[in-house]
Amino acid sequence: MNNVRNKKRANQSLPFFFKDEFKVFFVIILVSTILLVTTFTFDKVPPILNRGIQPATFPKGLLVLIMFLTTIIYYLSFKNPWKKEKKLPKPFFLTILSFIFFIVISKTLDFFLAISVLSIFVSYNWGEKRISYLLLVGILFPLIVFIFFEMILGLRFPPGIITNLYYY
Amino acid sequence: MMAPLFSSKLLIVLIFGTLFGLILGVLPGLGPTTGGALILPFTMTLDPLSAIVLLTSIYCAGTYGGAITAVLINTPGTPAAAATCLDGYPLAQKGEAGRALGMATVSSTVGGIFSVIVLVFFAPVLAKLAYEFGQPEYFALAIFGLTMLASIGEGSPIKNLIAGAFGILISTIGKDFMTSIDRFTYGINELSVGIGFIPVVVGLFAISEMLTQSTLLDQVFKRVALKAVKLPSLNDYKKTWKTILRSSGIGSFIGVLPAEGGTVASLIGYSEAKRFSKEPEEFGKGSIEGIAGAEAANNAATGGAMVPTLALGIPGSATTAVILTGLIIHGVRPGPDLFREQPDFLYGIFGAMLIANILFFIFGFFGAKLFARITLVPNKILWPMIFAVSVCGTYSLSQSIIDVWIMLFFGVLGFFMRRFGFSVVPVIIGLILGELVEGTLRQSLVIFDGNWIMFLTRPIALTFFILSLIALAFPLLRSKKQKN
Repeated sequence: MNNVRNKKRANQSLPFFFKDEFKVFFVIILVSTILLVTTFTFDKVPPILNRGIQPATFPKGLLVLIMFLTTIIYYLSFKNPWKKEKKLPKPFFLTILSFIFFIVISKTLDFFLAISVLSIFVSYNWGEKRISYLLLVGILFPLIVFIFFEMILGLRFPPGIITNLYYY
Repeated sequence: MMAPLFSSKLLIVLIFGTLFGLILGVLPGLGPTTGGALILPFTMTLDPLSAIVLLTSIYCAGTYGGAITAVLINTPGTPAAAATCLDGYPLAQKGEAGRALGMATVSSTVGGIFSVIVLVFFAPVLAKLAYEFGQPEYFALAIFGLTMLASIGEGSPIKNLIAGAFGILISTIGKDFMTSIDRFTYGINELSVGIGFIPVVVGLFAISEMLTQSTLLDQVFKRVALKAVKLPSLNDYKKTWKTILRSSGIGSFIGVLPAEGGTVASLIGYSEAKRFSKEPEEFGKGSIEGIAGAEAANNAATGGAMVPTLALGIPGSATTAVILTGLIIHGVRPGPDLFREQPDFLYGIFGAMLIANILFFIFGFFGAKLFARITLVPNKILWPMIFAVSVCGTYSLSQSIIDVWIMLFFGVLGFFMRRFGFSVVPVIIGLILGELVEGTLRQSLVIFDGNWIMFLTRPIALTFFILSLIALAFPLLRSKKQKN
């Protein structure tokens, strides 16, 4: 039943704003426009010191080029529509969520802890349920990487609740 | 040429680089570009020659390593091995995996060695020619390199150009190098030094691939059993020697063209092998010529791609863009002066590439079975580990957490770019050429007193502009021809 419904849905012609072509076109044009507006806020070199072009001119030209080329690919997509992409599965969103966790934990608690949490979270959600393997990817391997970077490259990781235990 | 390599340290670096490159090449989704970017921070502990030897050996071996997975599990370990799947896997299914891998190993080695010879003879000539280049010529050359992105084989030409322009745009973030005026920094201090190459490369390649793998968890690979790699028979050599030589020539030539790399080379090498074959109907069903054509060409592109990288500072492929970054990080400025001032350094690289080709032949021949087992490491274990290395590697270069966030941002962006048919390779090439394009344009306009027409009065620059127009027109003509 679900399959029949899905097929029907795929065959229906979607309104233009739901199509991938439009979404991509819209996002690129929107971001380019914001960046283009930003270029007008760049400081200008006084005419007496100015040699060649102003610092804003080159990025402006690039953004106009990107917008022009994006309009062309959108126009061409009317003739040759893009292939419909499959819906993104749950593990994808969980992986993105783990990135957000990583940013929050690395900023507030600890860089090393953030790596461990992400590794265990991703591995678990991708199907690994064995504790020993989760400990391997979440604790042992990051620890080896940490020590390797610390000892061989002399890298100092940012302070945090666990990293501080090592440094002090 | 080999003198600098007769040190035990360099030989160890070479062996490690070749083994590491093979492992990276075998693992689908990784490859020499990602591997090179990940290992770049570690090269800081090495001297410049050892660092570049490490990166080039990863490049050579990684390009070949892709063939092992292409033949055994019908999944190219690297994009350059995509054409190898077409005949490698069908031949393996017929119970001749050892023969298929044997041919892939021999043709890759011949292609690789051929391209090193091209590199040794052609790079100094190009470097000498580059003495004639001024700012306008370099600008025109960089534009030529960027327009070549239109025909890199992956994705639509216009999407590739958008990605290339986006890469250049990223290079404009930070303080303007001529006037020190902030651009796109939004008051964030860390952005005033610009966006580093490594966070972008690791994000676009490793992190976006991690996201791609998260969508493929239910995919099951069927691995063909391999007893041992077999050297091709006399009959196979008779059948393929012309194909191997032709593809080596094609691969080297394609590699020399700025921005083109092993992927395009292998596709053209494969189609030319089919065109010249006496048994074209066998292609796609396990033709030994098909494997030879694709593999000789993609490995020949490695030496070819090093020609513009070393002689002009223009990357010949995504991996050479990483090598170029390695050179710059270690204080080596590629270009004609490098050939005059540091010939030992250059010949060390040439010799290392030659030895790397011989080493991957030995390791591939005797260890393909072992390397193939690496594909059995489950993604749920492998990718969290790659994430840990990616994060620490990215952090280590400038010890900035912002770089890690930039890496994650580009990872997500790269995933969606690939999902909607935009190749990520042009972003890398655009990013590395960005400063050259803008710098030479602005300095040229100072020389020309703002008169743009003056570009057309310089014969070399004019030639590059004409070539750029041809490069732009080529994909259009090709698609029209295909329609007809």
